[in-house]
Amino acid sequence: MTWIVQNLWLVPALPILAAGVSALAKQRNRMFAASLAIGSMAISFLLSLWAFAHVLWLGSQGEVARQVVNFRWFQFGTEWLKLGWMLDPLTAVMLLMVTFVGLLIFIYSVGYMKHDENFTRFFCFLALFAGAMLGVVIANSLLLLFMCWEIVGLTSYLLIGFWYANPKAAAAAKKAFIVTRIGDLAFFLGMVWLYAQAGTLLFYDGGAGCLEHSALLRLVAQTTAIGMAASTGIALLIFCGAAGKSGQVPLHVWLPDAMEGPTPVSALIHAATMVAAGVFLIARIYPLMSAHSGMDIALTPTVALQVVAWVGAITAVFGAMIAVAHYDIKRILAYSTISQLGYMMMGLGVGGVAVGMFHLITHAFFKSLLFLGAGSVIHGCSGEQDIRRMGGLRKLMPITFATYAVGMLALCGFPLFFSGFWSKDAILHAAHTWSVSQAPFYMGAFGALLTAFYMTRQVYYVFGGKSRLAATSHGLHHASTPPHESAAVMTIPLVILAAFAMLLGLIGMPAWPWLQSFLDDKRATLNFAAFSNVGLLAVMVSSSLLVFLGLGLGWWFYGRKPIADADAPDELGQLQPRIFAVLGHSFYVDELYGATILRLNAWWSRVCDWLDRWVWNGAVQTVSHLVLGFAWLDNFFDAHVVNAGFDEGCQSVSRGGQVLSLLQGGRVQSYLRTIGLALITLVVFLLWGARG
Amino acid sequence: MTAFPWLTILTILPVAGAIFLLAVGGRNKNFARWLALAFSFLALALTLILWHNFNSAFGGMQFQERYTWIATLGVEYHVGIDGLGLLMLLLSSIVVPIGMVASWQIQERVPLYFSLVLLLQACLFGTFTALNFFHWFIFWELGLVPAFFLIKLWGGPRRTSAATQFLVYTMVGSIALLLAFLAIFLATGKFDFIDLAQLAQNGQLMPAVIAKLSWHRFTPEHVALIIFAGAFLGFAVKVPLVPFHTWLPAAYAEAPTGTTILLTGAMSKMGLYGFLRILLPIFGAEMQVVLTPLLWLAVATIVLSAYAALAQKDLKRIFAYSSINHLGYCLLGIFAVVKFTGGDAALTAEKYAAMNGVLLQMFNHGLTAATLFWFVAMLEKRSGGLRGLNDFGGLRKVAPVFTGLMGIALFSSLGLPGLNGFVGEFLIFKGSFPLVTWATALSVLGLLVTAIFILGILQRVFSGPLNEKWTTLPDLTTGERLALAPAIALMFALGLWPQLVLGVIDNTVIQMVQQLKF
Repeated sequence: MTWIVQNLWLVPALPILAAGVSALAKQRNRMFAASLAIGSMAISFLLSLWAFAHVLWLGSQGEVARQVVNFRWFQFGTEWLKLGWMLDPLTAVMLLMVTFVGLLIFIYSVGYMKHDENFTRFFCFLALFAGAMLGVVIANSLLLLFMCWEIVGLTSYLLIGFWYANPKAAAAAKKAFIVTRIGDLAFFLGMVWLYAQAGTLLFYDGGAGCLEHSALLRLVAQTTAIGMAASTGIALLIFCGAAGKSGQVPLHVWLPDAMEGPTPVSALIHAATMVAAGVFLIARIYPLMSAHSGMDIALTPTVALQVVAWVGAITAVFGAMIAVAHYDIKRILAYSTISQLGYMMMGLGVGGVAVGMFHLITHAFFKSLLFLGAGSVIHGCSGEQDIRRMGGLRKLMPITFATYAVGMLALCGFPLFFSGFWSKDAILHAAHTWSVSQAPFYMGAFGALLTAFYMTRQVYYVFGGKSRLAATSHGLHHASTPPHESAAVMTIPLVILAAFAMLLGLIGMPAWPWLQSFLDDKRATLNFAAFSNVGLLAVMVSSSLLVFLGLGLGWWFYGRKPIADADAPDELGQLQPRIFAVLGHSFYVDELYGATILRLNAWWSRVCDWLDRWVWNGAVQTVSHLVLGFAWLDNFFDAHVVNAGFDEGCQSVSRGGQVLSLLQGGRVQSYLRTIGLALITLVVFLLWGARG
Repeated sequence: MTAFPWLTILTILPVAGAIFLLAVGGRNKNFARWLALAFSFLALALTLILWHNFNSAFGGMQFQERYTWIATLGVEYHVGIDGLGLLMLLLSSIVVPIGMVASWQIQERVPLYFSLVLLLQACLFGTFTALNFFHWFIFWELGLVPAFFLIKLWGGPRRTSAATQFLVYTMVGSIALLLAFLAIFLATGKFDFIDLAQLAQNGQLMPAVIAKLSWHRFTPEHVALIIFAGAFLGFAVKVPLVPFHTWLPAAYAEAPTGTTILLTGAMSKMGLYGFLRILLPIFGAEMQVVLTPLLWLAVATIVLSAYAALAQKDLKRIFAYSSINHLGYCLLGIFAVVKFTGGDAALTAEKYAAMNGVLLQMFNHGLTAATLFWFVAMLEKRSGGLRGLNDFGGLRKVAPVFTGLMGIALFSSLGLPGLNGFVGEFLIFKGSFPLVTWATALSVLGLLVTAIFILGILQRVFSGPLNEKWTTLPDLTTGERLALAPAIALMFALGLWPQLVLGVIDNTVIQMVQQLKF
């Protein structure tokens, strides 16, 4: 085994180490922290390049391209829990993407965060994020993947809440962590279930791993209480985790709020890498997702994959519809991200690993380009995020505009020259040939139309017409400086990303499906005949037409006459005010959750508190009061019955004694008096008797 | 197996310290504090020596001392530790110095306070080493006395009722426990835990009890269950298990925070230790009979206490309920282990996992909860006693280091991978899930709610705009940072390298699980 495989752990370890060092270093050393993070990321990028080259070389040698290194972590009972890392085509591609995009965004952040007082913290968190994300990518153990996954969630929390003094940011951070944790706990259960069934959490372990043949055979053979194969139950639970991280409906609510974080964070974490981790996870455990009884994959797709495809398709349309009616530049992109993640999931569900991963890679580049472009716009407009108050930036920020346009066209899937076209087309084509239903195809096509429309709308609002910024300045930070182009440290990453947003499509074209064959461990051949495939061509043409339609509609509503006034109502909103309002409130999902789940949760916590105070404690208090009452009764009986009776007896005896004692006064006179009286009485008595 | 009486010396050391402190403590407060701390460090050093000399390849009792004490009653002085005892000794000797440092600002009757803390430590050591019911019970009960006075004399406004409730509540449980053991003693003439466990394993214990005690009106099964119930109550109150827990929030909230650290870090482990050392080996069969209600109680403990924590406004009460929740996972693991007694190899592996998880979780909870209450103590010192969830806001601005380090402890409590809380919880869930699937699946709700209230603390106390009142709140001093560093470092160490503990306890766990044959 070669050096790079043995030492692949360095790729995530270096950024984590950089994070640790800058956490302990003094806050004032701004350049030190930034260069530490960027330097570690650059080395990780070089190592990833090396790893990638190694996988390529292995493939060209015709060897198995998957190499694993496992190690012992701890011991329980008679066995050891093992963790490990691996290098395979999927890992290599993701490593390259994460380190490259990450590096560009780190550099961009130096410009974007220049004036922030917590600059060093920012780079510390970013580096920790990158390390954890790379850990997710190289993990050869579901447990290690889960651990890195949670740390990714932590850094996402820290970075969304980076401007912690803002209560909205703090709330958004908490929401993101908790919503994703709901999915993660299902993932956690799926993981312990998988561990119980497969006996290991290592993905590949020389035939004994949980994604390898013998374990999968066992998993599909086991049935649960409700008649579902264990593999399906586990796969669905793990998919909940992926859905939480990747913002799939109904766990998508955290992602738009996550835009409270600094824009480079939105670009790196909430567009390019972390949110794609869910898609990556499904790609990683694809053998489990697609495990059939009898292992013939050719027939109908598994239940798990069908669920993935449907959830993805619904999310794709759902996100795109909401994006139409928002005004916050970053929120539009956030809903667009949700929609695109839906496409990726759908691609995995209907087409397989290569289809989903192709879109993941291209999306990472053009969406981070769009976010960084948005960041540049926000930076240039002194913090303004409402697209109604922008406008006219085409002339004021030419580089930003040009690169943003590239990103927008790539996202729309503009034919032939932009990467998004090829990757989205691969998904649509796969959906078209899906054996279960045609509905995901039509949903995806509708989503493509909407995507072209909302991006055109956004671009016209932001870059078209005249600047509306000065006219509507209302806050403290506006209007102080006119909109301006950003510094080179921010624009150069934009240009590089733009180049990739155009060129990356080349690696996955139907004529030369290099990425697909690379992921499937085959060699790609150039074959223009692939275009002549009737179904493929039809899908390409129809999706292109939809894109043109979307662009045209966008122009019709927003480009025909320039938007003059920031307070002018939306053209589409005027046409369909009700629907537009529903979309503008994101289908009221947050409100729905607030009224149901959150209220139920709060109510239940009050119930538990009440139970504690009154029922459990009440029972104890009752017992103690009963005991006290009994004691009182006992005391009462003692004091008033037993004691009093005794006392009464004593007192009557003593009273009797007192009375009797009067007779025994000891005075001779009284004795004589008594004797005299008695004598007289006796004499009178006798005389009385004698008379009769 | 060494001739040197390490364990006796370890138990006597804090007693000597307490007496010495009372005798010479006098009026110099600082002298008393440092002296007490020195004794606790001496105990820590002794425990580390034990840790070092402990033979982890042999999981059984070590450092045993056994002398006849009252021959006619079969009472012996018998002490010894296995991996479980050792772990608890280490935890106690880590938690006690933390509790002392957190009590540094106590001004009244300082020598008395610290000598009571040392006495409490001696009782902890005695409980965790004793193997004969007679003196084990003495330590178990005696431990209540210093705890009672620590709450009663230095506690918050409602300390008297809290202290009384704590004492009486625990006492009721203890009396039930005592009666159960007297019944067993009447039947068998034995007080020794190891001997009794041996009898129970061979299936001779309960027949002997039933044969000797002619309680005609009860069936033999009922006699066994009644005796089990008595012993169970004693430990269930101590852990505590819902619904025997209501003394805890009041006691934790009213006790001075330094004492709360001792209560939650070390004393709450006495109950779990009882479960592991006494209930499992001696009453395993009876436990199995009533397993279903016990499992539901464990789930209720986990879920209800987490939700109750969510409704609290006082940081100490939140952490008190969170403690109940965390120990609930331990109970879940313990109950899961008795579900099946068959020798299926796969299930045995799950039991090893659950049991290792329980022990690790006990240690981790002690460390994390003690550290969290320590942070509360430091916060109280700065705020003049305020510790409400809504009394602060935006503290990160003025106290970034405080926020960062307390954040680490909070995330450790939340079970974030990479910190100590995760591994124990993972092992418990991993082991319990195949054994008691539905109870384990429901318990996951506790993990979710824990995240909600932990993040609620971070949001309300440390984030948001800075509360005007606290613009001059000082950050951690260098001394405080240095004092905290070992605790925080230990959290990372156990999170990244749990083998540090698991390697020592693993063989004990194997023995404990293998003994469960009834």
